[in-house]
Amino acid sequence: MDNTWPLWEVFIRSKNGLSHKHVGSLHAADEDMAIENARDVYTRRQEGVSIWVVESKHISASNPSKSEELYDPAKNKIYRHPTFYDIPDEVGHM
Amino acid sequence: MNNMNKEDTQKASIDLALWMGDNALILGHRLAELCGHGPILEQDIALTNIALDLVGQARMWLTLAGDLEGKGRTEDDFAYLRSDKEFTNIKLVELPNQDWGYVIARQFIFDAHHLVILEQLCTSSEKAIADIAQKAIKEVQYHLRFSSEWIIRLGDGTEFSRKRMQSAFDKLAPYIKALTLDDPLTILAKEAGIGIDNKDVEEKAWKTFDAILSEATLELESPEYFHKGGKQGLHTEHMGFIIAEMQSVVRAMPNNKW
Amino acid sequence: MIEKDLNQIFQDRIDADDRIEARDWMPEKYRQTLIRQISQHAHSEVVGMLPEANWISRAPSLRRKVALLAKVQDEAGHGLYLYSAAETLGAKRSDLLQQLIDGTAKYSSIFNYPTLTWADIGAIGWLVDGAAIMNQVMLCRTSYGPYARAMVRICKEESFHQRQGYEIMIALSQGSEEQKAMAQDALNRWWWPSLMMFGPNDAESKHTAQSMAWRIKRKTNDELRQAFVDSSISQIEYLGLTAPDKDLKWNEERGHYDFGAIDWDEFWQVVKGHGPCNKERIAARRKAQEEGKWVQEAAMAYAAKRKQRAQDQQTRVA
Repeated sequence: MDNTWPLWEVFIRSKNGLSHKHVGSLHAADEDMAIENARDVYTRRQEGVSIWVVESKHISASNPSKSEELYDPAKNKIYRHPTFYDIPDEVGHM
Repeated sequence: MNNMNKEDTQKASIDLALWMGDNALILGHRLAELCGHGPILEQDIALTNIALDLVGQARMWLTLAGDLEGKGRTEDDFAYLRSDKEFTNIKLVELPNQDWGYVIARQFIFDAHHLVILEQLCTSSEKAIADIAQKAIKEVQYHLRFSSEWIIRLGDGTEFSRKRMQSAFDKLAPYIKALTLDDPLTILAKEAGIGIDNKDVEEKAWKTFDAILSEATLELESPEYFHKGGKQGLHTEHMGFIIAEMQSVVRAMPNNKW
Repeated sequence: MIEKDLNQIFQDRIDADDRIEARDWMPEKYRQTLIRQISQHAHSEVVGMLPEANWISRAPSLRRKVALLAKVQDEAGHGLYLYSAAETLGAKRSDLLQQLIDGTAKYSSIFNYPTLTWADIGAIGWLVDGAAIMNQVMLCRTSYGPYARAMVRICKEESFHQRQGYEIMIALSQGSEEQKAMAQDALNRWWWPSLMMFGPNDAESKHTAQSMAWRIKRKTNDELRQAFVDSSISQIEYLGLTAPDKDLKWNEERGHYDFGAIDWDEFWQVVKGHGPCNKERIAARRKAQEEGKWVQEAAMAYAAKRKQRAQDQQTRVA
C-alpha cells in the first residue's frame, strides 16, 4: 500500500485586505496537518495571516494549449480600457 | 508578601527563571539534535520551529536570571559555564531522543504542563517574569496543539503505532511528577505571588492528558514511584554528555568571543 | 501538430524569454533535464543540512545556536520548495528520495566533506552559501516558472545565511591566535571545494550547452566560478586571511582574478562516492526515511479513519 502523504497546494494571505496567493505545495496526511505544515514551512518569516490548503488533485486548470482562443480575444477589446476614451484635459481627472 | 524577606523572594525568582530557562534550553537542545534527521521533511521543519521557540525562551529566562542576580552573568554564562550539577532542569527533558513517537510523547507531557505554568506566570507579581510568560505562551499553545494532534494521530493510527505510543508513555510516566514537585523556594514563590501553584498545574495537565489520551486510545497512569532530583542538580547519566557537548567549544578555548 | 513544430514553438517561446509553466507542452528532454537538475538541487539542500547540523549542539553561544538552527531549518524548507517544483513536472518526492538513498541521484559534492571545527560553520555559511547564491540568483530567471519562483523564495531567505557565516568568521579572525588559526584552517579546507561547486569547466560540462539554449542555466559554470572568486577576495582580505592558492592574482587585462588549477581528480572521486563522508550522509538520510515509514503509515490510517467517521456521522444525521 502506498502510504505517501498526498500533495497539497498552499495559498497565503500576506495581510488582511489582500487576497490569498499561491505560494507552493507540500505533503500532509490530512487537511489539519496540511495547514500546520503550511504554517511551519511557508510562514517562518511572518509571511502570512491566513492559510488555505487544497489537495492538488482537486484543482482544475485551463488548458495552456488553448490559451490563444481563451485569452487572445480580449486583446482587441480596447474599449474596455479607460485610455480608449478622449476626455479634454480641462475636465480634470476622471 | 509583607512578612517575606526581599532577599528570599529575589532568590525564589532567580530559582524560577533558571528552572524555566534550563528546561527550555535542554529540551530545545534535544529537539535540535533531530534537525536534519526528522522522519519527514515537513515534520523536521515543524519540530525545529519548536526547538527554536524553546531556545529563544531559554535565552529570555536565563537573561532574566542574570538581571535578577545582579552579578553580570549573561545567558551564555549560564548555558556554557555552569556544570551539569548546577543545571536545574527536570530529567524528562534530558532523556535521549528515540523514535518520533517517543519524541512527541515527551514533548506532549512537557507542553501540557508548560502551558499551565505559563498561564499562571502571566499574572506573576514579578513583572519581568510575567512579560516573558506572555511572550512564550503563544508559542506553547501551538506546541501543545501540535503534539496533541500527533498523539491522537499515532495512538489512533495503526496497531503498530498505537503500541509504540503506549510504550513511549510507559517509559516516560515515571518522569512526569517531577514537573510539579514543590520545594521551599517554589512554595515561597507561590506564596509571594511570583511563582507556580504546582497542585493546580498538575491537575490541569492531567486533564489534558485524560482528554487527549482517551481520544488517542492510549493509557497513562501516574506511577507509584517516580524519578526526582533534576531540580536539585542530580540528573540522569545523559545530562553530563549534553553539557560536555554543548560547552565543548567554549571550554576548550575559554575567555574568547564567538 | 508534428513534434518538430512544437519544438520550434517551444524554442521560440524560450528565445522570447517567456516562462514555461507546468502544463505547457515541453520537449521530453527539457522535462527530464529539469527533474534531474531540480531534484539534485533539492537533494543538495537536504543532505547539506547534515554537515552543519553536526555543530548545532556545540554552537558556542545561544545566539549562534538559534541562528544556525534557523539556517539549517531553512535548508529543509528549500529542499521542500524544490521537491515541490520537481513535482509539478510529474515526479514524485518519494521516488526522488528513494533515488537519493539508493545512491543513483547526485547532490552537491561539497556536502561530503566533514565539518571538523566550529570555524567550518563560518566557512560554509560564507563560502558554500555564497557560491550557492551565485548560482541561485541566476536561477531566479530560469525558463521554468515553478523552478524560478522557488528560487526567488530561496534567494530571499538565503540572504541571511551568508551573513551568518561571515559574521562567525569575523569573530574568529578578530579573536585569539587560536581562533584565527581555526578560521584560516577552515578557509584552507573549504576554498577549493567551494570552487568545485560550480561544476566542471565549460569545455568538460556535458549539459551546459543545451541548458543554456533552453535558458535553464543563464551563465556557464566558469562564468559563475569567476564571479565568485572575484567577489570573495576582498572578503578574505577583510578577515586578514589568505586564500590557499599561490597562483591567485589580479589580472588587469581581463579585469578578473586569475586562480590556480582545480584538482578535478578529487572532484570526480567525491562525485563518484569516494569522498570523506558520502556513506555517512546517505546512511543518515536512509535512517531518517526508514524511521518515517511507520509514522507516515499511521498518519494515513488515522486520516482515513477520521474521514470514515465524518461520513458515518453525516449518514446518521441524514
